[in-house]
Amino acid sequence: MENLERIIAECPFFAGLDHAYLDLIVGCASNVRFEAGSYVFKEGTPADTFYLIREGKVAIEIFAPQRKPIIVSTVGEGEIVGWSWLLPPYVWKFHGHAVQSVRAIALDGKCLRAKCEENHDLGYEILKRVVQIVEHRLDEARFQQVDVYSVQR
Amino acid sequence: MNSAAIALEPMMPQTHSVREVIKETPDTFTLTLQPENGAPESSFQPGQFSMLWVYGIGELPISISGDPGKQDRLVYTVRSVGKATNAFVSQKPGAGIGVRGPFGTGWPVDVARGHDLVIVAGGIGLAPLRPVIYHVLSHRAEYDRLVVLYGARSPRDLLYRKELASWARQRETQVLITVDYGGLSWRNHVGVVTTLFKYARLRPAQSVAMLCGPEIMMRFVARDLEAHGFGRSQIYLSMERNMKCAVGFCGHCQYGPHFICKDGPVFTYEQIGPMLDKYEI
Repeated sequence: MENLERIIAECPFFAGLDHAYLDLIVGCASNVRFEAGSYVFKEGTPADTFYLIREGKVAIEIFAPQRKPIIVSTVGEGEIVGWSWLLPPYVWKFHGHAVQSVRAIALDGKCLRAKCEENHDLGYEILKRVVQIVEHRLDEARFQQVDVYSVQR
Repeated sequence: MNSAAIALEPMMPQTHSVREVIKETPDTFTLTLQPENGAPESSFQPGQFSMLWVYGIGELPISISGDPGKQDRLVYTVRSVGKATNAFVSQKPGAGIGVRGPFGTGWPVDVARGHDLVIVAGGIGLAPLRPVIYHVLSHRAEYDRLVVLYGARSPRDLLYRKELASWARQRETQVLITVDYGGLSWRNHVGVVTTLFKYARLRPAQSVAMLCGPEIMMRFVARDLEAHGFGRSQIYLSMERNMKCAVGFCGHCQYGPHFICKDGPVFTYEQIGPMLDKYEI
């Protein structure tokens, strides 16, 4: 548990978080592994967990009928994957596909949601951090949309 | 063409013959030219460009993408997008091409000496930066860490894939590649090139950054580098404009107070940043 606390405290997502809050978060955490090629989560299934990637890479994949799956972004070491656990209806919108062997810390979203409801200060800290991730991913998606490598004017 | 020859005859093309044509991507080709009839060997600085005359078609400004240590040849990587570039990439070995130059300021490899070098390229923007990478790898002890961040639309749009893999194996060298859209077999990053910063081993205080790609990309990259602690004077960009004379006479490539051909194409972000914030100049 001590090791988990250290890893979580060193993750940029949790940087600056009060020690008492870290204790609460560690109580919802566990180590997990995913083989390359396996799914970390699948679209439409309950999003009761999110992950801090320690090693490897997870592709965020869109399922498209009659087409091959579309990878829209990848999430790697030190990053958080998943925010559907925080917002109703708590269901994954995309597939998370381990493109390499992945070592991660799984954080029980259900458990953390309950703690956030009990302690709104903790909830606000978590929400601020999740919003920052959402903002970054939105920026990235917008840049992809404008095709920044195109030389056309 | 040596610098003395340029000073005397900057407008006079010297015929070179096509030695080799390599297809890099579905629309991008690398051509190797060599001087004809015992003409002088070509020395150039990384980042300089030549004016290439496709006889009967027209003249094109193209950055040199080869190894500055190999003076018996000139190498150019060109995307086929119009009549002149189509004609250029369709040349067969042995065909003659007129070459003027090299022209312009190069990348500041001297300024970067003793520092980390961070190279950020998008799409075909890796071509003008490849000579810098060759230079650093052949003078490895003179430079600290080399970080190459490269983004392209898709895996099939990546240039120099074998070389990227070989550069990544060099000591104190980190090469990160990302694409906007990866297929299922793609095991690397997916996302725009700025997403690579979080994985890059950056030491902004002791680094020089060199960027090349479309201006929209360079603007976002420069902005992110600033956010990571790079000063504007540590960031260099290569600008592209419609160059004609290449020696600052005709004014076709004027960009604010600068002639891209003569004062550039490489500028600091300190010089060019305010202009990148304007819609049109």
